This record gives sequence, C-alpha cells and structure tokens, in this order.
Amino acid sequence: MSVLATRNLTKHYGDQVVVDDLNLIVERGELYGFLGPNGAGKSTTIRIALGLVFPTSGSVEVCDVPVFTTVRSDGPLRLVGAVVEEPAFWDYLSGRRNLELFARAAGPPDDRTARLAQIDEVLKMVDLEDAGRKHVKAYSHGMRQRLGIARALLGAPELLVLDEPTNGLDPQGMREVRRLLRRLADNGVTVFVSSHLLSEVETMCDRVGVLSSGRLVADGPPSGLRKASGSVVFEVDDGAVALGILRSLEGVVVEDEATVEASTGAPSRLRVRLAEEVSAAQVNAALVGGGVGVGAVRPEQERLEDAFLSLTEEPDSHEWAPHAG
Amino acid sequence: MATAFVAIPTLIVVALVLTSEPPEPGEGSPFLRLVEINGVFASLVGLSVVQPFFLPLATGLLAGDAIAGESSAGTLRYLLVRPVGRLHLLAVKYASVVTQVFAAVAIVALTGLAVGGLAYGIGPLPTLSGTTLAVGPALLRVAGAGLYLVLGMAGLVAVGLLFSTLTDSGPGATAATVGVYIVMEVLDALPALRIIHPYLLSHHALAFADLFRSPIALDGITRGVIVDAGYILVFLALTAVLFSRKDVTS
Repeated sequence: MSVLATRNLTKHYGDQVVVDDLNLIVERGELYGFLGPNGAGKSTTIRIALGLVFPTSGSVEVCDVPVFTTVRSDGPLRLVGAVVEEPAFWDYLSGRRNLELFARAAGPPDDRTARLAQIDEVLKMVDLEDAGRKHVKAYSHGMRQRLGIARALLGAPELLVLDEPTNGLDPQGMREVRRLLRRLADNGVTVFVSSHLLSEVETMCDRVGVLSSGRLVADGPPSGLRKASGSVVFEVDDGAVALGILRSLEGVVVEDEATVEASTGAPSRLRVRLAEEVSAAQVNAALVGGGVGVGAVRPEQERLEDAFLSLTEEPDSHEWAPHAG
Repeated sequence: MATAFVAIPTLIVVALVLTSEPPEPGEGSPFLRLVEINGVFASLVGLSVVQPFFLPLATGLLAGDAIAGESSAGTLRYLLVRPVGRLHLLAVKYASVVTQVFAAVAIVALTGLAVGGLAYGIGPLPTLSGTTLAVGPALLRVAGAGLYLVLGMAGLVAVGLLFSTLTDSGPGATAATVGVYIVMEVLDALPALRIIHPYLLSHHALAFADLFRSPIALDGITRGVIVDAGYILVFLALTAVLFSRKDVTS
C-alpha cells in the first residue's frame, strides 16, 4: 500500500510548467529521498501533496485517499506531519507554547488531547526538553529546525514530509537529523524528505527519486544512482613504465595519466578505458609481466556530482547560458 | 490601542471639567454639552469620537493582520497542514477580530460611564426629544448604541479579512482596509454623490443617536443594520470562495 502517490500531477504557474506529469509512489515504511536542484519543483510538489497549492491537473493521494476532494480537518492530512521550507513559529512564544497551540489547532477533542500529551515526548526526541521554555526567537537555526520536526511528529503521523530539513544546519546538526529520520523510518513511519544534496540522500535514504524541471528522471535505490563508468583505475609503483606498457596494448585507452612523472620509479594512478574483449586481469598480467608492481585495480564509479548532473541537466541547457549574463 | 480607548472618553471629561466654555452650536458631538447634565453622556460622546477614525483604524489593524500576519510569519501553512480547514480558520479569525472590536467599544463606553459618572453623576437621561429616561433603560440604550457600532465595524472586518487573504503583508492589508473606510467617509461628505450614500458603510454609523429619541426613530438604524449585514455577507462569502481556492505559497 502506498502512503503517498501522485498521478500525472501537473502544475502550471502561467506559462511556466513547475511540475510536469509527475508519477511518484512512496511505500509504507520507506525513507524516500526527493532529490533535485533548486527550482526543480520539489517544494511545489510537496505543497500540492499537503493541500496548500492546487494542482493544474492530476491528483495526489495520501494513504489511498485523494487530498483534493477532502480538504477538511478530517481529511488524509490528519495522517501527515510536515516541515515545509523554513520552520515557522510564533516567535514571541516559547517552543512548548507553540507546540501546545498547534496541538490544539485542529481536529476532534480526542486528537487534541492526544497531541497535547505527546509534547514532552516529541521535545525529547529532538533533544529540546530544556529549551522548550525559551522563546522561539532565542532559538538557533538548528533548534528551530528540530522544533519544526517535533511539531511535525505531533499526532503520531504515518507520513512525515520534510522539505530540506537539514538546510542551513552545521555538520553535527545534519547528522543528528539524519539519525532521527532513520530511527523514525525504522520504527515504521514513512519519511519523505527533499534535498538538493545528493550525498545526504545517498547516505540516508532507502529509495531516491530525482526531480528535474518538474519531471521524475530517476527512481530507485541510491546505489543505482551511480553507474559504473566503464573505466578501470590501476595503482602502480612505476607510472612511466606502466604508461609505456598500457599504450602498447590493443583495446586499451589511457584516459588519465596526470599523476605520471617523467622519471621512472615514481608511483602513480592511471585510469584506462578497456574495449569489450579486454579484461582488467589481462592488463594486470601485462603490467606485472613488464615488471610493474600493481597495488590496486578497481572499476571506477561515476562521480556523485557527475551522476547528479547527467540526470538533471537539460539536453538543451546550454541555451540559457547566453542570457545568463 | 486599548490605552487610546481608555484615554479618549477620559480626556473629554477632563477637558469639560477644566473649561466652562460651552461649544459653539453644531460643534462637536450632539451629546457633548449634555455631559455636564449627566455622566452617561460621556459614554456616547466617547463612542461618537472614536467612530470616524480610531475605531476603523483599530479594526483595520486587527482584520488586516488576521490572515496576512500568519502568512508573513509562515505559520499559515503550518496551521493549514495541521490540518485546520480554510473556512474554519476564516471563521475563527473573523470571530476573534469582531470580539476584539467589541472589547474596544466596551472599553470606551464603560470608561466614559465611569469617568462621566465620577465627574457629573449618573441620573435619569434627558432624550434628544426632551423627554426623560430612567437610568436602567438609559444604560440599555447605551449598550445598544455600542452594539450598533460593533455591527458596523463587523462589516469593515469582513472587508479587511478579504484584503488579508489577498496579500502576505499585514500592514498592506491594514492600510487598504482603513483606506477603504476613509474613502467611504469622504464620498459620504460629497453631496453630489448622494445617490451612493445609502450603500456606504460609514453613512449610517452615527444613526445610533436615534436611540436617544422618544420614541426611538428606527428608520436610520434599520437601514444601517441592513447595509452592515450586506457587507458582512458579501465580503465573507467572497473571502471564503477566494481563500478556499487560493494557492498558499507563503
């Protein structure tokens, strides 16, 4: 059963297509990373899923209930907790008081009572037990971010939607948020988290969807984001000799010899591309046969940034360059 | 703001106590020269002094900020995803602003009564028609006058709530709301536009004086109530329709 699903979701602002025929499915219990450069349409998608922005066409379902036929307090949004862009509060009130007001703001009396009873627990989860009494205007950016997550956790949501939750946090804060989200997902909460940072999503998420210009251009486990590039790296103890041998072999193209020094006897890293019929083992044998010590042979993965750029770059993206200045 | 609403009737009474000069005929509130006869009139003078500017200003401040304030603080989206229904939010905000306007009017009326009573005493009330009202019915009519003013402001709150949903700037919505009321007052002062006067929110505002005739002249007040109700219904309906379809991007 999907917890969040968009079907042919499209949003236009005037002539601009912000979300373009998006079909996205997030399964129960997943930690789903929603990745894309700034301006790809992540926030708009999230706002549509939360009933804040109306789609031009298509639909969104939360726990199989459409968001846009029941935008009432008993709608599917009761099952959702969210941080949408900046976490905003009534700054002149304490963190705890803010949570109390939001806990009381909606739903039947039973829900309100249940949410009020959870305040201590959620403050503890985000490590703000002591700071709960302070006015929010005295909070650091990281504390506001954590209080935002605490507010989203009120009401024990089945789906947590977080828009760039680690934006502006220091490395320590980012790690804490990532751990918290991982722990929540392990406890069965479905977490949908957007980010423009590939490395963050890669280390944290079960599945990653990549959004580019409003379209989903990749969807799968993070390990699948990076393809093997087809190149092989040899670490050798004598770069100059090794380079000579490699150049003499059929079906071997040296791609990177930047670390080779002119004098013999200096260690270096060589990246080569191999033709179909040539194996890395054969090349290795040739090098060793030529008296070169081979320290390591490894297939090279595409660099993270390259993978991201190749997914999100428009084929005609150079067209805007002349206008940029 | 509450300070101003306490200060205005107080200052009026203090000024009257300190000076003995009667106002020129046609100058000031019709009740002004009556305060020295009966302290109850201080309430009515207070209400007629705040009606053209202070009350619309306070109303505009509260109504303009109602939704736009949440919007600019960023808390609007968090209320809506809680989820608080959009119509529910409008209803709560409308009720809360009208309640605060009611409180402002009550402060003016009660302060006037207290200060006027202290200075000149409270007794049977001479009406504008020359008859006399016992203290009980007189106070009831003062309360009626206050409620009538609140109703007029409730119409302005509906206008302000609409502006408040159209912008993310509380001060902008406030300026627009107060501006609309001032424009109505200006139009109301132009005899050439007599044909539109009955439809202006401000036109009937001072009709509460008719409560102090004997018998009560209900014509003006009835027309006022109908116009106020019209503004409330039309602007709340428009606000509800537009806000429930709005893309919340703040």
